[in-house]
Amino acid sequence: MSEQPGKSSGSKSTKRDLSDEGLITRLLAGPLGPIFVIGYLAVVTFLLYREPRALLLRFLLFAGLLLIYYMPHKAWLKLLLAGVTVVAIIPAVGLKNPFLLEIGFQVATFATLALGLNIVVGFAGLLDLGYVAFFAVGAYLWAIFGSQQLWQLHSSPGTATVYNVFPLGAWWFWPFLIFGITAAAGAGMLLGTPVLRLRGDYLAIVTLGFGEVIRVLANNLDKPINLTNGPQGITPIQRPPLPDFILHGALPNWLSQVSGRTIGEGDMYAFFFYFLAVVWLVFTIAFAGRLENSRLGRSWTAIREDDVAAVAMGVPLRRTKLTAFAIGAAFSGAMGVIYAANRTFVSPETFSLTQSISVLVMVILGGLGSIPGVVLGAAIVTMLNIDVLQTLSLQLSSLRQGTGMIPLIGVPWAELPTQLDPARYQRLVFGLLLIIMMIFRPEGIIPSRRRKLELHEDDDPLAPPADSENVLITSTGGD
Amino acid sequence: MTNPIDAGGAAAVSTMPASAPLRVRRTNPIKEILRPLGQLLIFVLGSSIVMALITVALALILRPTRDDMDMLQITLILLPQVLIDGLVLGFMYATIALGYTMVYGVLEFINFAHGEIFMFGAFAGVELLLWIERTNGLDVGNLAAYGLIIVAIIVGMVISGLLAITTERLAYRPLRGAPRLIPLISAIGVSFFLQDMMRFMQSAINGDFYRTFPDFGPFGKRITLFSMPLDDRTIDIAIQVKSLIIIIVAIIMLVGLNYLVNATRLGKAIRSVAQDQRTSSLMGINVNRIIALTFLIGGALGGAAGVLFAFKFTRADPYMGFLPGLKAFTAAVLGGIGNITGAMLGGIVLGLLESFAAAYLSIFTNGAMGAEYKDILAFAILILILVFRPSGLLGSKTTQKA
Repeated sequence: MSEQPGKSSGSKSTKRDLSDEGLITRLLAGPLGPIFVIGYLAVVTFLLYREPRALLLRFLLFAGLLLIYYMPHKAWLKLLLAGVTVVAIIPAVGLKNPFLLEIGFQVATFATLALGLNIVVGFAGLLDLGYVAFFAVGAYLWAIFGSQQLWQLHSSPGTATVYNVFPLGAWWFWPFLIFGITAAAGAGMLLGTPVLRLRGDYLAIVTLGFGEVIRVLANNLDKPINLTNGPQGITPIQRPPLPDFILHGALPNWLSQVSGRTIGEGDMYAFFFYFLAVVWLVFTIAFAGRLENSRLGRSWTAIREDDVAAVAMGVPLRRTKLTAFAIGAAFSGAMGVIYAANRTFVSPETFSLTQSISVLVMVILGGLGSIPGVVLGAAIVTMLNIDVLQTLSLQLSSLRQGTGMIPLIGVPWAELPTQLDPARYQRLVFGLLLIIMMIFRPEGIIPSRRRKLELHEDDDPLAPPADSENVLITSTGGD
Repeated sequence: MTNPIDAGGAAAVSTMPASAPLRVRRTNPIKEILRPLGQLLIFVLGSSIVMALITVALALILRPTRDDMDMLQITLILLPQVLIDGLVLGFMYATIALGYTMVYGVLEFINFAHGEIFMFGAFAGVELLLWIERTNGLDVGNLAAYGLIIVAIIVGMVISGLLAITTERLAYRPLRGAPRLIPLISAIGVSFFLQDMMRFMQSAINGDFYRTFPDFGPFGKRITLFSMPLDDRTIDIAIQVKSLIIIIVAIIMLVGLNYLVNATRLGKAIRSVAQDQRTSSLMGINVNRIIALTFLIGGALGGAAGVLFAFKFTRADPYMGFLPGLKAFTAAVLGGIGNITGAMLGGIVLGLLESFAAAYLSIFTNGAMGAEYKDILAFAILILILVFRPSGLLGSKTTQKA
């Protein structure tokens, strides 16, 4: 989260005029800033170690990363603090409460997806509503080859005899990371080629259709050849092999002693997947950051702003758009492979339109085209999804068990319909977030510099109106 | 503006010059009613015949691939029923597609939430009938039952129309003039929000999120149109009263809209705003009001389609709007978005295609592809149309603008 801006602003941060920076940045300036942040992290870690299940503390820990991002200090310091938080504090608290590792894994997974989508939507300006299809391609690739599905190609779901032998060894996971990237990039090109001529809203609808096509295929390719096992999904999927000393030897024993909790194979795999996802996320951040300022990235910006002008300046439209689709897809393809191995189960339900939109919400909430923003958006939406709403659901159901009354309307909690489960209302939250962001802050929480200028053109009294036609309409329409 | 809501009429569509609105055109009300009727008839007959011929030809070609049944015979047995089902579906799609097309014609904006406006209409109609049922009001004669259906449709139209105006006012109008993706994203948000809003309301009030259309009146009865002798047996071709009502109501809607847009002062204002907002406002047209009215009309049509949809499939649930909405959008694009006649044609063609796919895919592919693939078909058509003829079947100009 903190790496990219650190790189771009760190070198001149000491001399930078802070007057137009945000409040947090100004507060954290000077030598007291790092001390405060370190103290904050220490206190939160200590409290979280005492109370591993506290939702608020989990939030505060992740908010610590945001504080680090906002610090106006040298990049190495920010990187060090962020690194310590991600590599040491979160796993250490994860020893007490493995759910934190799960959140970390999912945040990293979805941040990677959001960064990939950000390349397509934020950099190149191509609205893709079926993005999760590429995630599905990666996940199903490893699901099909990393499970026993290949033995069952000619039997209908649920009828095949189960063997103990897998067609491919578990170590094939690593090559399949590469294959996942390739396959997803291929799917990106496949989608990109026919829709190159479309722009804006048409493209959105076609990609949405593509996402649905992938889901319907996953649901129905159990005949004539049973490739995806239909709606039941594929399980078990192999996890990559870990050396024995990690899984059973002295390390888990020592960790068990430290944490006072039995650390088994599953926990060690949770650690492994957490670190794997974080490594892939860091790689993605670095890669996307380099891309943004590369020749290709500038071409994307050019076609986003005005493709006719871009072509006139010699940007190859076809190739540039296709690379955006391919690279954006590639990130999520590899994450799909990791996700399938982590869950050891894939089914078409994971790859619904809601999922695609939730990735879009992450990008938009954080800020289109802004790498730190997108990561922040992913963290917020993911925690909202798997942590806040779930916790609310649990609270509600425990209230329902009791005999209390709902305040104000005086109906017993127990009579509240079970359908009113906050975890089921993701769409309500996402929808509201999208509308509110679009109306009040279309540039996102941490806007990219360029987009901020674009969307607030009219704040500058000297700038010409963005759209003179629109100005006229708003001034003539009276109601 | 490149994209006027067209004056209707296939001939006028392709030849209408940019200066057309300047010509004073006398409209004959009778003609404005008869012309869309004629067009609809041509569309229905034309696409039915084309689809039937293609299917029979496919059956003849694929006949040798299956020896367990006579493919041609089965195809012929199913054909009339498939045609009727397809037309019913097609008329519903056409009615929904008009909502997309009207809004697109005026604002060049895909109202992504139109499917949810359709869903709200369906719930409004169903809730009204359920309420009447609770007061034992559904135990009525045939005539009154027809009346109740009409009332339900009108209530659905009112609710959906108001909802459409509200969403326009709250979620789209503040964004007018922003970069193009921004209102679209807001519309996606509205769509998601409305889905779960309805789910929330239904769950809070009823404890469950879907509602069943009450069973009353003579609507399940089947009218035998004709009997078809085939080899040694006869097959009755029948249509449900329900389906007949759906077709008739949809035709009334389509003709009414055509009349409204082509023969009234309001319609002229709508066409003018679609042509050029700035000039219209200089001519004394209140552009904001016309845009709101466009949403109202489109939403009302969607609401009527929603009640009909719930009527046909006897169920209303919060997510029912998504697929029909997407398909109706496909229909609008297929016919040429922004073009009212095109939306009707597109709807009918798409309904027929879907019904044919659902019935025949499994037969023709020997069970390898089931009826589930009919949804893919709609998207495949959408992609093909957008790639090869983005202006649609009846459109004359490219409608895309950055």
